[in-house]
Amino acid sequence: MSGQHSSAAEQTVFDVAVVGAGPAGLGAAAAAARAGVRVVLIDAGHQLGGQYWRHPDESTTDPTRLAGYRDWGEFLALRERILRHCQTGAAVHLASTHVWFVEPPAAGGGRQSWTLHLMPGGPPSRETPPRTVCAERLILCPGAYDRQLPIPGWDLPGVMAAGGVQALLKGHHTLSGRRAVVAGTGPFLLPVAQQLARHGVDVLAVCEANGLARWMRHMPVVARTPAKVSEAATYARSLARARIPYRTATVLTRVDPDASGTQVGAVELARVGPGGLVEKARQRLEVDLVALGWGFTPSLELINAVGAQTRIDADQSLVAVVDDDQQSTVPGVFIAGEATGVGGAMLALAGGELAGIVAAEAGHLERARVRALRREIGRLRAFAAAMHDAHPVPARWPQWLTAETLVCRCEEVAYATLGNAITELGANDARTLKLLTRCAMGWCQGHVCGYASASLAAGGQGRALTADDLRPLAKQFPCAPVPLAHLAGE
Amino acid sequence: MQAPGSNGRSAAAPRGADVVVIGAGAVGAACAYFLASKGFAVHVLERGGVAAGSSSAGEGNVLVSDKVAGYELDLALYSRATWSEELAEYADRWEFEAKGGLVVAASAAAGRALLELAAGQRQRGVDARDVDPVAIGDFEPHIRAGLAAAVHYPQDAQVQPMLLTANLLKLARERGALVSTGANVVGFDLRPEAGGRRVVGVRTSQGTVSCGHVVNAGGPWAGAIAAMAGVELPIMPRRGFVLVTEPLPPTINHKVYAGEYVASTQSENLGLEVSAVVEGTQSGTVLIGSSREHVGFEAAMSLPALRAIANAAVALFPRLAGARVLRSYAGFRPYSPDHLPVIGSDARVAGLWHAGGHEGAGIGLSVGTGKLISQALAGEVTDIDLEPFSPARFAAAASASA
Repeated sequence: MSGQHSSAAEQTVFDVAVVGAGPAGLGAAAAAARAGVRVVLIDAGHQLGGQYWRHPDESTTDPTRLAGYRDWGEFLALRERILRHCQTGAAVHLASTHVWFVEPPAAGGGRQSWTLHLMPGGPPSRETPPRTVCAERLILCPGAYDRQLPIPGWDLPGVMAAGGVQALLKGHHTLSGRRAVVAGTGPFLLPVAQQLARHGVDVLAVCEANGLARWMRHMPVVARTPAKVSEAATYARSLARARIPYRTATVLTRVDPDASGTQVGAVELARVGPGGLVEKARQRLEVDLVALGWGFTPSLELINAVGAQTRIDADQSLVAVVDDDQQSTVPGVFIAGEATGVGGAMLALAGGELAGIVAAEAGHLERARVRALRREIGRLRAFAAAMHDAHPVPARWPQWLTAETLVCRCEEVAYATLGNAITELGANDARTLKLLTRCAMGWCQGHVCGYASASLAAGGQGRALTADDLRPLAKQFPCAPVPLAHLAGE
Repeated sequence: MQAPGSNGRSAAAPRGADVVVIGAGAVGAACAYFLASKGFAVHVLERGGVAAGSSSAGEGNVLVSDKVAGYELDLALYSRATWSEELAEYADRWEFEAKGGLVVAASAAAGRALLELAAGQRQRGVDARDVDPVAIGDFEPHIRAGLAAAVHYPQDAQVQPMLLTANLLKLARERGALVSTGANVVGFDLRPEAGGRRVVGVRTSQGTVSCGHVVNAGGPWAGAIAAMAGVELPIMPRRGFVLVTEPLPPTINHKVYAGEYVASTQSENLGLEVSAVVEGTQSGTVLIGSSREHVGFEAAMSLPALRAIANAAVALFPRLAGARVLRSYAGFRPYSPDHLPVIGSDARVAGLWHAGGHEGAGIGLSVGTGKLISQALAGEVTDIDLEPFSPARFAAAASASA
């Protein structure tokens, strides 16, 4: 599927290029192809689905026979439609392909389309994969990654991002431990705990940093999204059945190694008291797996590369600004999914479909559908806003850091080093802090420590986190690591 | 971890300053440090953050190898001595590393030019050692084969420019200086006096600072600062890109560049100039430059420039072909039309001084520049003659050509 269209793909100017094949990208590609325009769907994954619908290799496991995956019927239907469009030639799917540079249409005449510069990410294929594709309009659906906060001992093997644990379970059914604790904030902790339990892992606790009382003020919004309520009830039942305690206002304050010293052995739990103060640790749990999740951070490489405007969302994530049609501030560029505000798969799917319809210039033909999608998006956005309000990152999280805690694991930058840069070297913004300490300059390019270092920079000045704190941590070029020879054009 | 005084030093400074330094880049920080060391009350005004401009967008070059025999080379040697003598005790703070430079030439003609350049530099006091072409691999095992000539420069060094700037400012503060970040200079208070005007204050977004002298260390924005005082200073931005690879096992020992780089720094070409400059860093990443273009302050990534840099680097170090580029940054060098920095007082406005226009050499030349400015401002005889760097030379050149 990925290779055979390559030479053709390089010569065609597509009407629409969709980047990302998670819920938003699949919704967008299917809608645009249905409207009859030529679509190219580019994705880093080797098969459709993105992170949300990650599943075992289709060459060995028939996806139609899988059970226990959320919204799986939706995925199978979208997958079927896209495969059909690929068969008829209406769509081209470039799998295992990274976009490393986005070239805008030439100013003042000349080439009027966008050029996406590509790099194959999978095993070498028989066909030469295309180096570029051109398209009139872009729909960027890059998704998001786990937001992390540093805690003492989080660099021990056995401490994982909650999303990373889930990816292993979804994609490979592999277990990464026998006794686990799941901690952080937000509803996403629940499915992770449920899936661990289903795979036979003993989940000793789910630690939710916030109380649930804040949900009470959002009851009218919650009432408008019954699907979310029944989803939560399902999780609550399965946690109860597996006898997993759900502890609110509780955080992990330390991870300790086991006797060997090389792997997670135990964690310390503390209550979050009045005013967000983290109290003294009161309990220890012996575990060999720690799953941490503090919400999600959208991937903004492509959004920054096209120069689209960003803003800070209610969950303190930097997100793309879009209008009612998912159109970004850059003409011809649409953005859908978590990059426009973290809100879950169904919101991403609706946003993707709307972007697909409008980018295919079919909005006037599908007026009723467009109206319905806008309503759906509004409803789910309101729910997401309620969720963000109910599950903030604890304001006083740096309390649990010690001087030696590594904030940036790639470059091994300790909390004390950041503190010194702030108090002694005048680092009073996130960019200066990064440049003086190398925090967020390593392999992950700030994906893991960007939020934490921006929030420490703002906290160092005694002010709230702003978009300007987060922007210097979001990179521009290249959008994906690119070998020097490939960049050189060999 | 809240910084008690970091922002508190801003806004309404209760006192005037003897000297206001505009710009908290490497040059401004060096001026502040040496002036404060002489007992001047110094106030640094910076629009952005510490080292937010050109100082954070380069490679931290401290080079003597890329200067042709002349005034700039004299300044480079003077700076080099300042680094390793007067500032030696702080070397670790800014990761000063005397790694040495290796300049190579591919063609026989370029090789002859390189050896000739080195001979001239030696006469001026540079430690430049011709390398037998068959021994180039002993210096750099992964460099391409078949190079015509190479010269080893043990004096070439590297610093971490952001740490340099921040620590020089810290040292200046310890000597009484004030540093205000987020203070955008919007104009000058000028007072008429016999024979012209005198600067008596600097107006900023955070209020006015009265002062006896102003040092314009605005980097590529120095021309715009000068214009606020009603004088012309022909310093322009010249864009350059740097590529940064993933951390690699030690691959490159020296600062390695093609001899064409020297020609490129001296070029008046307004188009894109590219020559390979490759070096490893302590964190394992490899920094790859360089390009030079006159495109104003346009920072958007330019694929042709990046491709050309990548090509040149792979040609020099074939082993880098598979190294992945993680990030890239654009910076603006303060370009001066005759490739000499501008250091000294401005005869057109009393109390106004300039310290800038070092193009790509500002980090290495910063400390020499700051020290000389402090001597001149104190009315002392400067360690080297500032006449060749005088801002007046542009006016002289203009009237000569008119």
